[in-house]
Amino acid sequence: MQRRTFLKGGLATGAVAVAVGAGLLTPQTVLAAWPKAAFEAKGDAAMKALFGTTATTASGDIKIKAPDIAENGAVVPVSVTTSIGSIESISLFASSNPSPLAASFNLGATAEGFVSTRIKVRKTGKVNAIVKAGGKMYSASKDVKVTIGGCGG
Amino acid sequence: MAKGIRIRAKTKGGVTTVKALMSHPMHTGLRKNKKTGKKIPAHFIQEVNCEHNGNAVMTALWGPAVSKNPYLSFKFKGGAKGDSIKVSWVDNKGQSATQESKIR
Amino acid sequence: MMKKIIITMTALGLVAGANMAAQAGPKEDLKKFKSYWTKKLPEGKTLDDYADGIYIYNQDLYDSWQAIEEFPPYELDIEAGEKEYNKPFKNGKTYASCFKNGGIGIAQNYPYWNAKQKKVKTFEGELNECRKKNGEKPLKWKKGKLAQLSAYLKDTARGKAINVVVPNDAGALAAYEDGKQFYFARRGQLNFSCAHCHFDAAGKYIRANILSAGYGQATNFPVYRSKWGGLGTMHRRYGGCNKQVRAKPFKAQKSEYTNLEYFHTYMSNGLKLNAPSNRQ
Repeated sequence: MQRRTFLKGGLATGAVAVAVGAGLLTPQTVLAAWPKAAFEAKGDAAMKALFGTTATTASGDIKIKAPDIAENGAVVPVSVTTSIGSIESISLFASSNPSPLAASFNLGATAEGFVSTRIKVRKTGKVNAIVKAGGKMYSASKDVKVTIGGCGG
Repeated sequence: MAKGIRIRAKTKGGVTTVKALMSHPMHTGLRKNKKTGKKIPAHFIQEVNCEHNGNAVMTALWGPAVSKNPYLSFKFKGGAKGDSIKVSWVDNKGQSATQESKIR
Repeated sequence: MMKKIIITMTALGLVAGANMAAQAGPKEDLKKFKSYWTKKLPEGKTLDDYADGIYIYNQDLYDSWQAIEEFPPYELDIEAGEKEYNKPFKNGKTYASCFKNGGIGIAQNYPYWNAKQKKVKTFEGELNECRKKNGEKPLKWKKGKLAQLSAYLKDTARGKAINVVVPNDAGALAAYEDGKQFYFARRGQLNFSCAHCHFDAAGKYIRANILSAGYGQATNFPVYRSKWGGLGTMHRRYGGCNKQVRAKPFKAQKSEYTNLEYFHTYMSNGLKLNAPSNRQ
């Protein structure tokens, strides 16, 4: 079976990373991979723009760890854990954001089904995690409340 | 602030956990400068590449919704103490940074 | 409508006036504070937990706070602060030359009363004094390099119990009293004192924020606030708080805030330093 070192829009090889560091590659060359349309798409169009489809299966094997109430919508810690096999990528969407796609993690052959980061969530709404594995797409979501800052906010 | 990247890589039970903290404003392009009233142009990391001993392990594609001074963590099977972990990023302005660390 | 809160020093049983038997004043106050705050402890928490600020009042917020503290953004500031600390001045000397033990692991003793200069000395105050003494321009008080320098040095004292001393000296007692008066005095259009929010209403919500307890507030400055998207000093927060009750803020490191910091930090004596910290 072919090693998944090159995913569509995926991983840079060691040589690429070195070249970037040395300033030999322009952002355009490396980031031909950066899915501009997906990151700028609004509402439900974001998923379609990234994956080409919105067909997903809800999965109980995707655990999203995020606060029930975000103390500050600018920094919301989110972790996604899954044991679904043949995992290719994990993507995070904040449905209430002007452009919902926040981040997409392309996972190499040895990577486990786990990512953690901190994202901006504009207001109360769902944080969706889409797992692409074995060519199929699975989803889970978590409600995150975002409050207005009060006297301390 | 300088373009710092802090990396923590630990291996346990055959799985290596990598955590990275990067210095970057991650401007969305939507906020206004309070003094001038002008919009602060979008300036955010678009791609983060992570390598283990020179082999790509994970690529993160980011939009401006990732928080300022972004954090990232992921895991992979394998990795031994002393192995190299390299994290590099490129942003929408063409700036880049890279940092290398050893697995503990 | 908020019920009438009577927060006066006498209501809390605090000793008033610098003419009281000298040592009795601040020490008696601290005893009374600790007893007050012990009574107000949420279920399952101990006095030491007040250093966690608002997070002792809500487990969900506590968990997401810890998720960030696990690899906090202020680590970048500590790194920058360390670089600044190690960079010699133009005259070849370094910050270390101005402080006991080079400034490492000593921040828990600040602020302190300097009897010769007859004033309260704060940590950040002495950092800029060190610069001045060595022919360098002072740094801005509220954020940036000074905050980062303070963050680095305070981090070296992390875990040490705050140990502010108010000696048996008329000047020191007067400064302590001045800070205490400030804390309990109403101010601003909203006519609140610090104590209104941070004593009686501690743990309660104001709009969507939880109010922190006065006890433990001083343990974690400089603070990285998600709201600021960066690091700021205690005096930056004092100014912000005063503005929020629509009161004119005082200038950073002038006597109003240095005396306030003296009293305010004394009030957290015994609690462990956890500076810098990531907060809302």
